[in-house]
Amino acid sequence: MSSPVPGTPSVPEGSAYDLSEPVRMRARWLRALWADRLGRSGLLLLGIVLMLVLVGPILFPFHPTSFGASSASILQGPSSRHWLGTDELGRDILRQTLVGGRISLLVGVSATLIAIVLGAGLGLASGYFAGWRDAVIMRVTDFFLVLPTLPLIVALAALFGQSLVITSLVIGLTSWPQTARIVRSQVLSLRERPLVQRVRSLGATDARIIGSHLLPNLLPLIFANLVLVLAGAVLAEASLSFLGLGDPVHVSWGTMLHFAFSSGAMGVGAWWYVLPPGLGIVALVMGFSLLGHSLERILSPRSREAS
Amino acid sequence: MTAGYLARKVGSLVVTLFAVLTFNFLLFHVLPGDPVRLLARSGHLDPQEAAQLRSLFGLDHSLPVQFLIYLKDVAHGNLGYSFAYRAPVTSVIGPALRNTILLLGVATVVTVAVGVLVGVVAGARAHSRIDSSTVTVSLALWSLPTFWTGMILLILGGVWLGVLPVSGIATAGYEFTTWGKVEDTAQHLVLPALTLVLVNVAEFVLITRSSLVEVMSEDYMVTARAKGLRRRVIVWRHGVRNALLPVTTATALYIGMVLGGAIEVETVFSWPGMGLLTYNSVLQRDYPVLEASFLIFTIGVIVTNFIADLLYHLLDPRVRQA
Repeated sequence: MSSPVPGTPSVPEGSAYDLSEPVRMRARWLRALWADRLGRSGLLLLGIVLMLVLVGPILFPFHPTSFGASSASILQGPSSRHWLGTDELGRDILRQTLVGGRISLLVGVSATLIAIVLGAGLGLASGYFAGWRDAVIMRVTDFFLVLPTLPLIVALAALFGQSLVITSLVIGLTSWPQTARIVRSQVLSLRERPLVQRVRSLGATDARIIGSHLLPNLLPLIFANLVLVLAGAVLAEASLSFLGLGDPVHVSWGTMLHFAFSSGAMGVGAWWYVLPPGLGIVALVMGFSLLGHSLERILSPRSREAS
Repeated sequence: MTAGYLARKVGSLVVTLFAVLTFNFLLFHVLPGDPVRLLARSGHLDPQEAAQLRSLFGLDHSLPVQFLIYLKDVAHGNLGYSFAYRAPVTSVIGPALRNTILLLGVATVVTVAVGVLVGVVAGARAHSRIDSSTVTVSLALWSLPTFWTGMILLILGGVWLGVLPVSGIATAGYEFTTWGKVEDTAQHLVLPALTLVLVNVAEFVLITRSSLVEVMSEDYMVTARAKGLRRRVIVWRHGVRNALLPVTTATALYIGMVLGGAIEVETVFSWPGMGLLTYNSVLQRDYPVLEASFLIFTIGVIVTNFIADLLYHLLDPRVRQA
């Protein structure tokens, strides 16, 4: 549907514009993000964290079994040998933090993908098909929206076990309702646009209308939402793992803090054990939420004025 | 408030509560599979004993019948028997619920008060330097994991400064007078409550701020200015009063969020409430307690949402007429 169909009556201006928008907007977005103060801080913060987490473990690999030689080497403060001190088993905290970030990020991203696919899919179906399907989906969405998230995640993880896959699933399956609501309300307005009405009258199938006309127009919105869901998912993973429900083998930042807590590191004031993973979580979450808020501002002119 | 509106809201509340009970039943009784089979896995349980256990726990009935039994039990306040405490779940939950309400109550009042105040200060001067630094600080606070903030405060306030108690709700081994007991509890309350305030205040700052910014551009605010009213009167009497409406809704949603925070904060500071109970029941695989805690958390959220809906309806005449 790239060129106007010959013989159609004069097309309103708006519909032609809608077609090319997703493609043209990509470059404009990045520029707009960089121009926005919040957006730029978010991009920079994420850039630094990603760099440390992706490149760091290559330069400073962590060996989970590199225990301290004696009891004198456990929970030691920063030194020239261990820049960020040692944990309760005498292992290097800097190296552990660098590789732990990968796990936090991995779970955050997988959980977010599950939540976005589920949320966007249900939102699309709900908004597009309307009627009883809409009513059913929205009832379920509202129900999940009201359930207290962390208690639910904790209960699910306690029932189904501890592994990266289960953690991702549990967080993903509880983080979609907001997305579904946002996507649905956008679909409700998109489907009444002249362009969509026109292709429908030309006999386009539902799949084609959704795939080629609705989805491309929804992508910016979904992306902005995705970044905010990511922030929430990283926080949720940290909380869950802190409560001892993370994968004990693949140690994320949250799990590190769980071990710090349960080994009594705080009682001896071992700030070097508590600060690095925590600051990692904060930087990641803040980076994503800065980016998300900035994207929302760029996308919706109304909130740009208000804030 | 019309009777029709109230009836509709109560009807929807009842439907939601029923949905919650169904969800709870499916989550804890159907999904994990047969608990007796899990017990029998160790090999010490012969088929006859297993059958006895099944009939003891009512597991020999069909699922719909089990569901009805479950509903009847909950209606009678029978939430099962705790494995770890060897006591009825309700007697374990009672004191914990009281402690959590104390902690969350104090934290919520302070959070809303501070959040609204800071939000008004920032929103009344939109786009000023104070305003933009408030937004940045709020986003930073929002990014703090609750448990980690608690850990940091514990090290700072409890271990380094050594001025505040960091664990539990009361100093063990002391006989206090009534007043001394209040003071002791208050001291134990400071760090956990402060943690909750720090991580949650941003929500209220941002909502109050953007709501006030929006209200300030309304026609009636122009009128107020044109009447020559003083700025303070304009902001507080005309602006804030109207800007506070979204805050009531936010408070209800916040209750849902802060319950999660309670699990984290109570774990860090060993505050003997519902959160710590949840954490311990996870550690000890005490499923009846875990299930009951989840049920109470959920019902708490739903009931607060219900109350917030009614409040909103009472406070905003525009909603009332619509």
